[in-house]
Amino acid sequence: MPKRKATISARECVACGCCVKVCPKSAITVPKGICAEVNKALCIGCGKCAKECPASIIKMEVTEP
Amino acid sequence: MKQQKKWYDYLWIASLTYLILGFFNILFAWLGLLCFFIPLLISIAKGNKAYCNKYCGRGQLFALAGGRFGLSRKKDIPKWMRSNYFRYGFLTFFFAMFFLMLWNTYLVFAGAKNLKMAVTLLWTFRVPWHWAYHGTWLSDGVAQFAFGFYSVMLTSTILGLITMVLFKPRSWCVYCPMGTMTQLICKARNVTLSQKIKK
Repeated sequence: MPKRKATISARECVACGCCVKVCPKSAITVPKGICAEVNKALCIGCGKCAKECPASIIKMEVTEP
Repeated sequence: MKQQKKWYDYLWIASLTYLILGFFNILFAWLGLLCFFIPLLISIAKGNKAYCNKYCGRGQLFALAGGRFGLSRKKDIPKWMRSNYFRYGFLTFFFAMFFLMLWNTYLVFAGAKNLKMAVTLLWTFRVPWHWAYHGTWLSDGVAQFAFGFYSVMLTSTILGLITMVLFKPRSWCVYCPMGTMTQLICKARNVTLSQKIKK
């Protein structure tokens, strides 16, 4: 069954880092302070970041491996 | 696995203390400059948003009040509020008001205006604040800046609280002028850096 993973809309991300704080797998980083990035290999698709994101720009989407 | 708390996870105490101190002695408002200079310096020197990501006490305060204490509806922020037009527009407006405050401070320093012992909320409502002023041996302008700066800090806290209740706890982060500015600095730094690499 395909797994859903966090997908960030880079253009709209404000790089606040709220998602980084809630990620149980430390799969999200904010490199260079521009926008958050998800390490898809680590993401377990729990959706905590999507719930936390104040701009609501993280979507849980099925991504092909 | 729950992440272990670090010292900087408690900076919300500093933010709360700052807001409370302003009710007792307005001169403490000067400490708020730290929230201005630290994020800027980090973004300029290190090129990241470590301040927003780790150290911002105000963000932690909203996360706590809206999250743990459940004072937030946790609804999505309207699309227009997260648009770049609004974010950059708010940044411009905020700084226009900030420079107006600096100008007023200058006028008091220069002796052209008298000290106004009031805090202006939401750039409109003037609230008497004389009970938090006990005189200074420095120029009146020093106190005027404190009143002005505390107005900025309290106004932004109120806006943050309103959007915290209406939307997600840290909705303020979406349009926080400091956040927008540090992100712009990081973007600019990255562009110049990648241009250098191309050369």
